[in-house]
Amino acid sequence: METVIGLFNYWIVIVLMMAGFYIVIAQENMIKKMVGLSIFQVAVFVFYISMSNVFGGTAPIAAEGFTRYSNPLPHVLILTAIVVGVATTALGLALIVRIKEEFGTIEDDQIRDMEEHGEESGA
Amino acid sequence: MISANLPILHVIVPLIGAPLGLMFRRSPTGAWLLALIISWFTLADSLALLLIVSGGEAVSYEIGDWAAPWGIEYRVDMLAAYLIVIVSGIGAVTMLYARQSVEAEIPRDRIYLFYTMYLLTLSGLLGIATTGDTFNLFVFLEISSLSTYVMVSLGAERRALTAAFRYLVLGTLGATFYVIGVGLMYQMTGTLNMADLVNRLPEVAETRTILAAVAFLTVGIGLKLGLFPVHVWLPNAYTYAPSVVTAFLAATATKVAVYVLVRIYYTLFKGGVFETLPVDEILLALSIVAIVAMSAVAIFQTNVKRLLAYSSVAQIGYMLIGISLATITGLTAGILHLFNHALMKGALFLALGCVFFRIRSVNVDDMAGLAKVMPWTMAAFVTGGLSLIGIPLTVGFVSKWYLILATLEKEWWPLAAAILFSSLLAVIYMWRVIEVAYFRERPAGAVSIGEAPLAMLVPMWVLVGANVYFGIDTDLTVGTARAAAALLMGG
Amino acid sequence: MNRHSILRVVAKLMIPYILLFALYVQFHGDFGPGGGFQAGVIFAAAFILYALIFGIENGRKVLPARINRIVMAGGVLLYCLVGLAGMFLGSEFLDYNVLGPTPVAGQHYGILLVELGVGLTVSSTMIAIFYVFAGQDI
Repeated sequence: METVIGLFNYWIVIVLMMAGFYIVIAQENMIKKMVGLSIFQVAVFVFYISMSNVFGGTAPIAAEGFTRYSNPLPHVLILTAIVVGVATTALGLALIVRIKEEFGTIEDDQIRDMEEHGEESGA
Repeated sequence: MISANLPILHVIVPLIGAPLGLMFRRSPTGAWLLALIISWFTLADSLALLLIVSGGEAVSYEIGDWAAPWGIEYRVDMLAAYLIVIVSGIGAVTMLYARQSVEAEIPRDRIYLFYTMYLLTLSGLLGIATTGDTFNLFVFLEISSLSTYVMVSLGAERRALTAAFRYLVLGTLGATFYVIGVGLMYQMTGTLNMADLVNRLPEVAETRTILAAVAFLTVGIGLKLGLFPVHVWLPNAYTYAPSVVTAFLAATATKVAVYVLVRIYYTLFKGGVFETLPVDEILLALSIVAIVAMSAVAIFQTNVKRLLAYSSVAQIGYMLIGISLATITGLTAGILHLFNHALMKGALFLALGCVFFRIRSVNVDDMAGLAKVMPWTMAAFVTGGLSLIGIPLTVGFVSKWYLILATLEKEWWPLAAAILFSSLLAVIYMWRVIEVAYFRERPAGAVSIGEAPLAMLVPMWVLVGANVYFGIDTDLTVGTARAAAALLMGG
Repeated sequence: MNRHSILRVVAKLMIPYILLFALYVQFHGDFGPGGGFQAGVIFAAAFILYALIFGIENGRKVLPARINRIVMAGGVLLYCLVGLAGMFLGSEFLDYNVLGPTPVAGQHYGILLVELGVGLTVSSTMIAIFYVFAGQDI
């Protein structure tokens, strides 16, 4: 019981992470793949943030009457990681838009069929 | 001022150059000149760094003057300097080559964006090699990867887009796995600084958290470097990217990822990770499959770029074999092959760039009789190929020699046999191309073409020359690789 | 022409305050929670709201894509130049201590300028992403 409730944040992280990972693998729709990728990344953000929590600690800003602060470093790291995630999502979606223009679909299996039968020539 | 800031200039100068590149919207030549100047500057900077650290002392640089475990530290030791020289050297040569090739393959109004992305990639790759902070490494990894996806998607065919997208999905998964690994290590040690981690990891090295961290780091970096079963993004990305991009990536991006793996195993865990987890055996097994199976797959490719891409996966297998042997000779061979493979794949892909420039195709069948009309290009291709196979007097021979020495040291005869067998497969796939180019006639109604322009031939032959020169005079490369390996194993 | 008048009126009321809040988050970032990333996104949100309600054409008139791109690059350059300034004043890259008469004042100027660079780049990048996707015809 202790491992379930005491470590609940890690269970949430693992469930989110696996859900995202599964979507990336199982879905053929590219937008859904990007959604899965975002969930996967967010799970890692939650992991970092929950890790930095100190019981009874407040936001890490110096103020009267507080001595316990949460660890600010993971927050900063995750701010950076979120920016990276936004950039990745934007680039992925931009690529999907271009793929839609060129192939007329964003289903990965259909595109693979087109690639294999349509243009064997390569290069 | 310059000398004190050497360890960071090669990272920030390309970083500053990237937004400046946006100014050259109407002048592709201007953007090219900017990229060229910056590339050569980073090469000069990295050579100076190599000279400084060759004494054995690492150079450390604290960004913003924040002391090391708290601030971000840049740390250049022998291995890092060696890698920085590889990346900036290949960057300098490919930029020299790039102007005409890029103008022929990328729409004119996007060329300035290409050079901007190239500068970002360069900055990211050099940053990975320089930084001494595990999270900063992730940031640089993503700077280089994101700009790489863009460069791949600039390829002329529409399949470049899907190649870039699949690379993006797998690359992001890899980077996120790496972040998880770093997070787990941070949780156990409370630090992100590599030098600090080295001290704090041994206490907790046996815990399950750290073992999970090692697994995440290995898979994450494995995705980035094209480790055998998760290499699926690599062939398409290399095939459909513009020629210059392929040459630059094949010679640098995967090497940098291999470097990160070496850093994790040998610097952070001091090789001790092999005792708690069988990572070395897993890597070894996968690499053996890679060198045989991927070389075999390469034989059946009709697109020469794709053929070389599969060969790259096999060649990465050689590096990983060297690394997973966990002996000084093995590690020397692995590190040496980083450099040597960069030279030969750089030369081969630049030669293919020349071929594409003239005949607009890199299919084997379209290359029939090409040796008569483009003798210099095909001669370069043959020399690069010989080096890939491992013929004496080329760099390929040197690294294979050390790799086989390392396997014999352990008396693992079957492994040595597998390496030789895979070299034989390399003979077959290179011969397929050479046979078509040299011993078949040009098809009757073919357009008459000439040799590639001099501005492309010269940089290509510089790399080919380096293939031969470092195959004969091995003091510099083997010496540096051995010193770096000794530092890693002993330190 | 007068469709969605409630949206228009409410947006007109809110946009100035969103912009003001963005500036507060931007320049208060060295004392409290905030900083360039957050401020940039809030600023861009106000702009995107404007363009959504009053039309992308009007949005482009307020901030042409060309100028947006210059701001985007300019922010990064500002960041790097502050870093280089520390280097030219004889210290390390991004060392703010040497920027002012005292280290504390130096830190103050440094973080203000760097965060300004971050804010400019983030907001213009967000707007650029919006422009690119909004300009598509699919």
